[in-house]
Amino acid sequence: MLRNAPPIDPARLDLAAEYRAKPFGRHSPDLQALLNVMRRAENCQDLILVSIAPNRWVLGHREPDGKPPTLFTDQVFDRLEDGEWEGFKRRWRALTGQELVLP
Amino acid sequence: MTVELKKPTVVGYVDRLYAYPGDEVTLRVSVCEPTKRYRAELVRLVCGETGPKGPGVKEERVASAVDGEHDGIEQRTSFGSHGIVDNLPALGAVAISVLAYPTLPGRGRQALVALGTLRLVLDETGAPALLVGDRALSAGVALRDQWWHRIEARYDPATGAAAIAATPFAGLHADRAQSAEGRLEAGAAPSGPLFFAAAPGPDGGATEHFYGKLEAPRLVSGTVDAQWDFSRGIDTARIEDVSPSRLHGRLVNAPKRAVTGSRWDGSVHHWKLDPSHYAAIHFHADDLADAEWKPSLRFKLPERMKSGFYAIKLTGSSLPFHVGLIVSPRPGARCAKLAVLASTVTYLAYANYRRRMSPGPFELAMGTLPTVDLTDVFLAEHFEFGHSTYDVYRDGYGVGHSTFRRPLFNFRPTGRFWNFAMDLCIIDWLDQQGIDYDVISDHELQDRGADLLSSYRAVMSASHPEYYSSEMLQAVEGFLSRGGRFMYMGGNGFYWRVTFPPAWPGMIELRRAEDGTRAWEEMPGQYNHATGELGGLWRRNGWPPNMLFGVGFYAQGFDNSSYYRRTAASCDPRAAFLFAGIDDEIIGDFGASGDGAAGLEIDIYDRRLGSPPHGLVVASSENHSNAFMLVNEEILSNRQGQDGAQNPAIRADMVFFETPSGGAVFSTGSIAFVASLAHDNYRNNVSRLIRNVVDRFIDPQPFAIPKP
Ligand SMILES: [Fe+2]
Repeated sequence: MLRNAPPIDPARLDLAAEYRAKPFGRHSPDLQALLNVMRRAENCQDLILVSIAPNRWVLGHREPDGKPPTLFTDQVFDRLEDGEWEGFKRRWRALTGQELVLP
Repeated sequence: MTVELKKPTVVGYVDRLYAYPGDEVTLRVSVCEPTKRYRAELVRLVCGETGPKGPGVKEERVASAVDGEHDGIEQRTSFGSHGIVDNLPALGAVAISVLAYPTLPGRGRQALVALGTLRLVLDETGAPALLVGDRALSAGVALRDQWWHRIEARYDPATGAAAIAATPFAGLHADRAQSAEGRLEAGAAPSGPLFFAAAPGPDGGATEHFYGKLEAPRLVSGTVDAQWDFSRGIDTARIEDVSPSRLHGRLVNAPKRAVTGSRWDGSVHHWKLDPSHYAAIHFHADDLADAEWKPSLRFKLPERMKSGFYAIKLTGSSLPFHVGLIVSPRPGARCAKLAVLASTVTYLAYANYRRRMSPGPFELAMGTLPTVDLTDVFLAEHFEFGHSTYDVYRDGYGVGHSTFRRPLFNFRPTGRFWNFAMDLCIIDWLDQQGIDYDVISDHELQDRGADLLSSYRAVMSASHPEYYSSEMLQAVEGFLSRGGRFMYMGGNGFYWRVTFPPAWPGMIELRRAEDGTRAWEEMPGQYNHATGELGGLWRRNGWPPNMLFGVGFYAQGFDNSSYYRRTAASCDPRAAFLFAGIDDEIIGDFGASGDGAAGLEIDIYDRRLGSPPHGLVVASSENHSNAFMLVNEEILSNRQGQDGAQNPAIRADMVFFETPSGGAVFSTGSIAFVASLAHDNYRNNVSRLIRNVVDRFIDPQPFAIPKP
């Protein structure tokens, strides 16, 4: 992580809850700032959502050099929102060193 | 848990993007599974994959001569660009020279010039080398990328004596010249055909493609002193030898011409003003103008069939592959009053979009993770099917060519809810409404011009008609000036100039010059297409979309969509027909694309850019998300506070105005709009509004421009 990148505060579970409730659409300034950190190239983990059938999604990893994405088939999501949430949790874990558990 | 991953195993393409009933169509198919059997059927596409909030896929089988089980082969794709001189005289000792500007040295062996077993290459380290068979004489040091060098080589088959030299062009930080002399295997007579930027491959194709620019190759042997001048015939697929030998050649797979050469010094910016500055050709191992597959089936379309979006559906043992095709009425045949103009040029510009599967901070631009399906993953497994114009070549230069002579992965009802798949929302709605219509296409518009439109009272665009040629725009303007009615049913339309280079049938060219919301930027000095036209935005080429359609691109965001609020102007008597039966102030707060009619890419009314003064902005969207950002052609200097949550000007404008000869224009200003038509079983205010527009626009009663 870049030294001057804004940190993610693991205490801000309120922001995670806001994202969980509404991953698409208008976010609070604090949530948007957090997302902007997570989505930086060095933090985004090059995630991708791959539809394996209508309304069935898995996460995957975007590979360099034109290679096809690697699919994580151990978890299948019925809704895009659930796939986005899993991506959020993975980034939270990587940036804070802590598992994201919402009450 | 095991998850079944179904990908296509059969892919194909047809020889055209639109056809008339009864036309013969040639289908090329590749079967990538051991049985080499596949099933084909013709289907009319009614609705695409819409996600859970829309009606979902609807298609109708249409009995045709293509139906049934067929034997196939796995096809070889001609991939990578190069030059070939077919007819060479017998050669003895040779001296070869060429100017080279490598753009990806060190990525495998790359041939600059090949004469049978004699090859002048950049080796695996990027150093120039002369090869005879497996023996190499290397100049020893890798060439610097993106710098011009003169490469010279000599070989005498009688003795095996060889020499190679590389001299960087002068410059403040130029490398030093390098050279080597030695002996290679004797007796290997240099022979044709002569290859530039590749070597002959084992299977009759080409291999060891070069990434970079070549200029002024010269071949001296006995009485031959061939000198190819790439500044000649820039708009052709020919390369000319200006010597008395006249050893002309041809290009394969559309390497880029009208690019800056070794003499370019910034003093000229249009290749036609001084072609000597543009005497180079940029080659890529990942260029593709024609996959050159063998024909698999020739069949006739039914004589009687409804005009529409069709596909030849190919199925092996797994997921089907759709080969999309627009079927339009034959000229002179009975026409409906309304035509839907399928944006086949834009579909082609987007065809085989790979970059969203590449690493990078995608969500900072989009607001969501990239989404693809297993057909896209199959595309990623097949690099040889080429790029979209949103991609970059392996050397990082932008891809400005796209051809339909290859499998196309976005002319289908499934996958990204965008373009072809989203435009089917219009078809589904028209069918549900029982409205008579024809489907016509950009490619037919390019071929037939205003004559194509003249049979219709009203023309309805697709959801994202982004790429337009000057001929297509002239045709639409001609239609409007003669009283035609136009419904612009989308956003970010009529935005980039494209051209149809005559040298490469099936291909479009575009140059993302100077400005605009761009996947890459054109290199300085080469903003003009091979046709000579200045590339870039229509708003920088004297034809902002606002002039013809009342609105132009203003913002984009891809996380969700918003709604429109009617304005006071919606109560103007001129607009009364639009809102007949609609009491709501809020329009389109629902939809299958992000829950709203205003979203994805949105346009506004702007007098500065030519929106007509009497245009009525009857509704505007509001309350967009943080993901919606002002387009960069609206930004002179970067500034904060420009996203949809902070800048209330981020919006879509819905506009209506009359034209001088009794015609009219209605524009929605949003790509997501058409995905709202089916909401609540097609009973909603977006559906009612569009029905009102269609009914009035196909009515011959002329519109009148208001008195000032
Ligand atoms: Fe676009």
